[in-house]
Amino acid sequence: MTLLKLDNIHTYYGNIHALKGISITVDEGEIVTLIGANGAGKSTTLKTISGLLYPRQGKVYLNDEVLTKHAAHEIVKMGVIHVPEGRRVFARLTVMENLEMGAFTRKDKGGIQQDLDRVFELFPRLKERRSQVAGTLSGGEQQMLAMGRALMSNPRILLLDEPSMGLAPVLVDLIFDTIRELNEQGMTILLVEQNALLALDVANRGYVLETGVIALAGDAKELANDPQVKEVYLGGA
Amino acid sequence: MDKELKFSWSEILKFGAIAGIVAIYVILVGMVEAFNDRYIISETVTLGQIALFSPVFLLGYFAADKARQIKSTGFAILSSALVGLVGGIFVAALLFLGANINMRAVFLNVSPDLLKILHLGQETMLGAIAANLIISAIVGLFGGLFALTPHKWSNALLVGLSIVLLMGIMQELMTITFGSKDWYKPIGKFIYAQKGLSWGGAILFLILGAAYSLWRGSGKFRPAAKVAKMPAKQRMTVSLTAWALGLIILLALPKFLGSYPSEILTTVGIYIIMGLGLNIVVGFAGLLDLGYVAFFAIGAYTVGVLTTTGKLATVGWSFWMALPIAVFLAMFAGVLLGIPVLKMRGDYLAIVTLGFGEIIRVLVLSDWLKPFIGGAQGILQIPKPHIGGFVFKGPQQMYYIVLAGILLVGYVAWRLRDARVGRAWKAMREDEDVAEAMGIHLVSTKLMAFATGAAFAGLAGAIFAAKLGSIFPQSFNLIVSINVLSLIIVGGIGSLPGVVVGALILVGLPELLREFADFRMLFYGALLVAMMLVKPEGFVPEKTHARELSEKEPFAPEIEPEAPARETI
Repeated sequence: MTLLKLDNIHTYYGNIHALKGISITVDEGEIVTLIGANGAGKSTTLKTISGLLYPRQGKVYLNDEVLTKHAAHEIVKMGVIHVPEGRRVFARLTVMENLEMGAFTRKDKGGIQQDLDRVFELFPRLKERRSQVAGTLSGGEQQMLAMGRALMSNPRILLLDEPSMGLAPVLVDLIFDTIRELNEQGMTILLVEQNALLALDVANRGYVLETGVIALAGDAKELANDPQVKEVYLGGA
Repeated sequence: MDKELKFSWSEILKFGAIAGIVAIYVILVGMVEAFNDRYIISETVTLGQIALFSPVFLLGYFAADKARQIKSTGFAILSSALVGLVGGIFVAALLFLGANINMRAVFLNVSPDLLKILHLGQETMLGAIAANLIISAIVGLFGGLFALTPHKWSNALLVGLSIVLLMGIMQELMTITFGSKDWYKPIGKFIYAQKGLSWGGAILFLILGAAYSLWRGSGKFRPAAKVAKMPAKQRMTVSLTAWALGLIILLALPKFLGSYPSEILTTVGIYIIMGLGLNIVVGFAGLLDLGYVAFFAIGAYTVGVLTTTGKLATVGWSFWMALPIAVFLAMFAGVLLGIPVLKMRGDYLAIVTLGFGEIIRVLVLSDWLKPFIGGAQGILQIPKPHIGGFVFKGPQQMYYIVLAGILLVGYVAWRLRDARVGRAWKAMREDEDVAEAMGIHLVSTKLMAFATGAAFAGLAGAIFAAKLGSIFPQSFNLIVSINVLSLIIVGGIGSLPGVVVGALILVGLPELLREFADFRMLFYGALLVAMMLVKPEGFVPEKTHARELSEKEPFAPEIEPEAPARETI
């Protein structure tokens, strides 16, 4: 069943036409990835979904509800959470305070506690460091915290923006294992990545973005074997 | 060896020159002369002398502190005395120049009176120069000795001397207080002479201060730790008693202090209310607002217009009826300002709010509004508030309104900080974009901060108008906004007790020292620079800011040092 649907989205930064008619769908329980070069519009797409940017034309649907009618804070309440690029943890707050901020829209204490346990189970390291100031965490730990914080809002779909950015290869593997694990638990994920190889490996389906339009779409395995994708994004192997 | 020695000599010259230049600066801005009649200890030490010689003392201290790390103790002492001597040469040179050429064309403050002060009681020029050199060297030497004293003792001495200085400054005020009641008149007679402290009083305060510091340092003074060990019920009793005791002292203060100190306290109190309000905007929500005085003015003028019985009389309401309107209008103005600046951050926000403050000031002065709010002539004859037959006529009575205001506003600020909106402010302060992605409604969160802060300022303004009985546009210029912002920074951004401490230091102290008025901005500047260098998190830091600004990390207790995690992950 389709959970998230973008229908012919046009987004602008001032006069710059950043997204020129993007249409994608994400089904319940899927991992879908958006790959593409710098400036292709991957992050812009995520920001448009989560309401941080407003499209000039086109609509975003969650199930049958129109997301584009709502403000960012309402979209979070509806179950769409965005993990921004570059992690962006609250550097001066502790790990625990960061996670509590993630549950800002919720008032069900029991549910919050349950999700906290789940996050700590997924990222045991965060539990060890729960009273540490987030700014002193390593890059990998900060990425875990950013994802954990997002999960605290009990989302229906997770928008991940470049989770591998600036991380050592070992850590990238760890983060992607977690993404897979989350998905196995039933989480729907829309993943934006520059590392196309990794992204296509973990995803069910993928879209290739080129300067604001969708150039290719399809099954992740097929995309990984597509000669054009190979040439441009997978280092011409 | 020789080379190393040479290095130290040049170091001494450098320190001495700094001391000399600072001393000359202090002299030329007029501090020495202005403070010369203010005796700290009767007939012996004036505040002017302290201002003149403290640079030498400080640099002597720093020189000895540095020298003893590479050199012998003897050398450290010698170098501090030499630093003093070099500093003295600078002052003596100024004295010599001032006596022989007319410097007043450029340096207005080099008056005959000043030169007489710099003679240090000597008749001849030669004697005066010698006196300057010798005394500077001795003071520098004392600075050096101070650096070499074990920390415990030097600290005790410092606390003792600070208290002597503070009590000396408060002489005029305290004599009035002591003179007001028969049964403590003798105490006042003992402590204070005609001008400044008596020797007995000075020694008494020195000993009291030093003893207190030693007692605290001994580790026996741990009330908080003791209370924390108690069972919950007892702890509750203790904290309730402490609160009740504090409240009783606060309630009794004006009775004991008399009129003038109460006047100062009400002024400080009005600044505390404003500080608590701006602290919400700047400290909690991280929105730099430089036009805060606008809301203060709106509160004051609302009460003025609605209650005055003078020429501009309108409805002639009582203070209590006008108060909620004043608070509401200020709050409304807060929202009104908030809407256009929703998208602005940092510097841009500061500039726009600055402009808003100026708009209000210009409006208040304008001919257009003159028939309603009096223009430059202001609003006169604002009646004092009263409850039934009790009139809050003087500062001793207004004090209670201010106190009630502080308690109310402080309670609201404290509750808001820990409430949902407080957490939203915190997230917004840390990272606006992420806060939005976490589901925080930026618009309402920002407006809430502006509205609350403005409402507090409106309350402060309303009380201010009632306290003075008349209001003029000059009372509402940019300086007020800067004062409030400075007191928050000095106290500790985001910290509630910090606001009180900051207001006492920045508003209370200058009120005590009338001569100080001219140097107020100088003092603010110096204090702010010093704070940023030495204690950037403020006197009573709020914990999130302390984390960023202190190099220690007391908040990571659970990681064992050998954990490999940090390197690998």
